[in-house]
Amino acid sequence: MEIKMLDLTKIFVSKDKREVHAVDHVDLTIPSGKLIGLLGPSGCGKSTTLYLLAGLLRQTQGQIYFGEDEVSDMPPEKRGIGLVFQNYALYPHMTVRENILFPLENLKVEKEEAKKRTIEMAQLVGLGEMLDRKPKELSGGQQQRVAIARALVKKPRVLLLDEPLSNLDARLRLQTREEIKRIQRETKITTVFVTHDQEEAMSISDEIVVMKDGVIQQMGEPQHVYDHPQNLFVAQFLGTPQINVFNGVVKNKKIYVNDMFISKTTLEDQTVKVGVRPEGFIVDLEKKSEFKFEIDLVETIGRDTTLIIEVPGNEGGLLDKITFKAIVDASLKIKAGDWVHFNIKPEKMYLFDLEGKLLK
Amino acid sequence: METKNNLKAWLYLAPMLILMIVFTFYPLFNAFIISFYKDYLPLANDGAGSITGYTFANYSVILKNQLFWQSIKNTFVLALVSVPVSILISLFIAVALKSIPKLKGFFQTIFFLPYVTNGIAVGMAFAVMFHRDYGLFNLVLSWFKISPIDWIGGTASWWAQMGALMIFTIWESLAFKILVFTSGLQNIDKQYYDAAKIDHATKWTIFKRITVPLLSPLILYISITSMIGALKAYNSVIGLFGEKLGGQPYSMITIVAFVYKYRSDFSFQGFYSYAASAAIILFIITLIFSLIQTTVSKKRIHY
Repeated sequence: MEIKMLDLTKIFVSKDKREVHAVDHVDLTIPSGKLIGLLGPSGCGKSTTLYLLAGLLRQTQGQIYFGEDEVSDMPPEKRGIGLVFQNYALYPHMTVRENILFPLENLKVEKEEAKKRTIEMAQLVGLGEMLDRKPKELSGGQQQRVAIARALVKKPRVLLLDEPLSNLDARLRLQTREEIKRIQRETKITTVFVTHDQEEAMSISDEIVVMKDGVIQQMGEPQHVYDHPQNLFVAQFLGTPQINVFNGVVKNKKIYVNDMFISKTTLEDQTVKVGVRPEGFIVDLEKKSEFKFEIDLVETIGRDTTLIIEVPGNEGGLLDKITFKAIVDASLKIKAGDWVHFNIKPEKMYLFDLEGKLLK
Repeated sequence: METKNNLKAWLYLAPMLILMIVFTFYPLFNAFIISFYKDYLPLANDGAGSITGYTFANYSVILKNQLFWQSIKNTFVLALVSVPVSILISLFIAVALKSIPKLKGFFQTIFFLPYVTNGIAVGMAFAVMFHRDYGLFNLVLSWFKISPIDWIGGTASWWAQMGALMIFTIWESLAFKILVFTSGLQNIDKQYYDAAKIDHATKWTIFKRITVPLLSPLILYISITSMIGALKAYNSVIGLFGEKLGGQPYSMITIVAFVYKYRSDFSFQGFYSYAASAAIILFIITLIFSLIQTTVSKKRIHY
């Protein structure tokens, strides 16, 4: 089921009568059968968007369509959605079986059929053996899967997940996200999930939607968005360690950072922000490059070595104060205190104007 | 170190413990002893009291006493009807209050007022409302062309009297229950309701399958405390019927009223011991009720 949002807006009025545009004129089409990650920092409007889709919040303006069907004014129970809450909201006094059965009982599904579907669903999420346990007797990951089963058992048109992994520990998080992806693939249900964790969103989504201040910044396949960020916010939000941002200038088709030449460009003369991904640095062993720094700290973890460089800046403002990270091959024996010359991979470098817009 | 801490703990507990021992445990124990005294004269020997031995006769005497059985019947009917009915009503009111957030505070105050009002005074007000000729209840009934009922007067039937007492008791006990249930409802995570809504549950299903089970520990607490309270009914009878304890003398007597009547009846020997044995019987009844409630609910409340 394709989901379409047209000019979707949600304004909250706070107690002191201030208007907060939690979701601001969002136009978004989510293709049928895909797993979509709604991604952004807290307060960016991603959860609000999800609750608008669920119908638990009412939009101030705009429309929502599920396929051809307008659901903008429908109450949640009419929309045909399954929603998994952040803390799962499993009914604590019911067993796993009763929890999964609950929506079917309310829909007056025939008893035998309901039983059958409950068992099938429990098996799909891998909890066939735990049907008679109470939620508190399950681990966080298992509770999560019960919540997914409960949401899916009524065969909703759309599955919505609110921060599905945030209450799990690191190991379970990895397992569960694979699980969510598998369940989504098997059921082929259009799924929207909300997260503030970019790694999580990138790893399981077919497409990600990056939001900030209620506005969609960019949408696309995770790797594509990572490789081609449309603005500085998206570039900074995706990727760990974060992208390094230098203040630079373009003079005579050449880019300079702290008066060091780094690369050629076709752009006109102007001040720019130069974003370089940590993996975009190449150590120039011939030491020809002008772009050189004294290394402050070296962290080697596994096959990667991270060089941490603090540029203190100087009084005249010729040098900007900045700390940046470069990931290089661990086989290079670089120590703190060494001077290292860098070349930059052109595909890992982005130029933004001072408002943060990408310069082509 | 440990003994020192223990000493400290006992010290903190001491004030309450001393009060409990003086005013609860000792009287309880003493009542038990007195209930076995034979020919007890508490004022003899300059107040030291005198007895001629120990006996079970006090129990057999009151168990043969018709008034005692009357008090048992009245108390049981009152407790077994008023407790569940008042729990149901207060639960509905609490849930209803939740759905009108703006007026909730106002109504909460109104519903709580009976709790801070003197029971005997309210009882007297109800006595006026139940009056055969000038009472509010009969006025309302007359609108529906129902001829006036003598609720609490000399010609009132047992059912009418019990009805009046029941209405009064339920009304009086709502306040505290509503308060407890309202705060209990506030502690239920709103997400359960959102989840239930998305799970296509109707309002009634939500009440039955979500609200009541999640409140069940509180419902248990309320049902035990108010059952104990109802078994001790006395104030309401005095308030509504006065010292006559009924439309006809003693027709609405309760166990506590029975105990009080015998304790203050100096007309024959052994009165104190009769009162004590009735009190012990009440204690045992209360204990049995509480035990039944906890065992039943242990099977049904598991969360």
